[in-house]
Amino acid sequence: MNHGISEFGHVLLYLAGGAIFIGLIALLNKLLAPNHPNPEKLTTYECGEDPVGNANVQFNIRFYVVGLIFLIFDVEILFLFPWATIFADVKIIQNVPLWGVFALAEMSIFVVILLLGLLYVWVKGDLEWIKPEALEPERINPVPDSLYEEINRKYTYQSTVKKTQAGVTP
Amino acid sequence: MVLSSGILVLIQVAATFTFIALFTLWAVYAERKVSAWIQDRIGPMEVGPHGAFQTAADILKLILKESIIPAAAQPLLFIAAPIVIFVSVFAGYAALPVGPDIIASSFSVGVLYIIAIIAVDVIGLLSAGWGSSNKYALLGSVRAVAQMISYEIPTALIIIATVMMTGSLNLQVIALRQGIFSDVPVHLWGMMDITHVGGFLSWNIVRYPHLIPAFIIFFISTLAECNRAPFDLPEAESELVSGFHVEYSGYRFAVIFLAEYAKMLLVCLIGAILFFGGWNTPLPNIGSLSLAEWTSGTGTIAATLWGVCWLLLKGVLLILLQMWVRWTYPRLRMDQLTTLCWKYLIPGSILIFFLSGIIRLWEVGGL
Repeated sequence: MNHGISEFGHVLLYLAGGAIFIGLIALLNKLLAPNHPNPEKLTTYECGEDPVGNANVQFNIRFYVVGLIFLIFDVEILFLFPWATIFADVKIIQNVPLWGVFALAEMSIFVVILLLGLLYVWVKGDLEWIKPEALEPERINPVPDSLYEEINRKYTYQSTVKKTQAGVTP
Repeated sequence: MVLSSGILVLIQVAATFTFIALFTLWAVYAERKVSAWIQDRIGPMEVGPHGAFQTAADILKLILKESIIPAAAQPLLFIAAPIVIFVSVFAGYAALPVGPDIIASSFSVGVLYIIAIIAVDVIGLLSAGWGSSNKYALLGSVRAVAQMISYEIPTALIIIATVMMTGSLNLQVIALRQGIFSDVPVHLWGMMDITHVGGFLSWNIVRYPHLIPAFIIFFISTLAECNRAPFDLPEAESELVSGFHVEYSGYRFAVIFLAEYAKMLLVCLIGAILFFGGWNTPLPNIGSLSLAEWTSGTGTIAATLWGVCWLLLKGVLLILLQMWVRWTYPRLRMDQLTTLCWKYLIPGSILIFFLSGIIRLWEVGGL
């Protein structure tokens, strides 16, 4: 389109429109909803208890590592997008027969270098998250295990005998 | 002319918002009913026939509620977060071809723009979690951000693979080249010319069978992008109460909810356009029985209606699939989540990327 609002202008209208609609909902809320704040209502939620300390708690540093790896891959993807539209362009291939092969080979080198990066991160163990381990609870019991086992054996045997008898009788 | 094209877009903006609002009402109701049927319950039954007005009543209640900003929260971040979350998803609809002639903004970088604008969502989540000054909210938002940026990579790589097969970033062109109105010849498996047959045979996923695993990767990663179960760690009710939006109530909560369902619909529609022909009809022309020409077209109102209906049908079927998955699989653990993304989906999608390159070059005769 040569005149009027550009296509990016339409996007701007969408951005503004979305914000305006939220504004309308907010206005409706302001007109209709009650507003009686009190200190009890405004406390931070912590399952009904009084909040302990503030919310600046430690979190796992691996989230930061994930963010860093993402950044590299996202830049890679940005380079792939324009390339993807022209690497197999029929018109260019008619003029330059080896265009497609070269384009694919060059981009393969680029992607393989980044794959090596992923492999490095993988081998270094930065993709490993802390796994929960099953903990065997420690038992403090004066009764030796053999006594329990003996009781188990005794009653298991009897019940199986009863069952087989019941199965035979009818 | 300036005025008329501007007014046309404004009408589209209003229509999009109305549609998203109505869709959310329907989707929340559908989600509750589907979950009920899967778990052998009956679901909401009180408000209206079979509980059909339940979600409308819920939304009304949320708007009438007092909007609470906790005393400890940082007001600017807290108030801005729902707006950023909603507007970023809403603006994604600008580049979506709803029908053969309806697209609000048909610039040549459509898909790239949608990926970029959806990524802004992450900033909203982070500001919601940080601005709430709540431990659950902070942990939930950090988890959400890590998850969404990780799964953005396989999503984008798969989108690039489909773009390579079509040769355009404009979603309207991608949809157009999967039907009888294609501007380039449509080949099935690189052999038969099926430009005039159309129907489901000309969809990307049928024409290029290597895109079937690509669609599975796309579907899994978009589930994670939308924070849907089994990837709902950021909202894990049993450990984080409800994650980054634990402090939100009233209309702000409703807006976040609206954005969540709008995003679900958006990724499902993008999936339908990239793999299942967008607004193209699934019915092929069989000899003199030209079903494809009867059930689609360009330029007329009837054709537009057919297009919109086909696209929405495909989108809604994908959403029902998302719901089915949600109520079937248990939640993943954090280490399983990162392992799945970085060690399975990303290498898999790079493999599909190389396959796409070779297959496409072979098809156009450049190899």
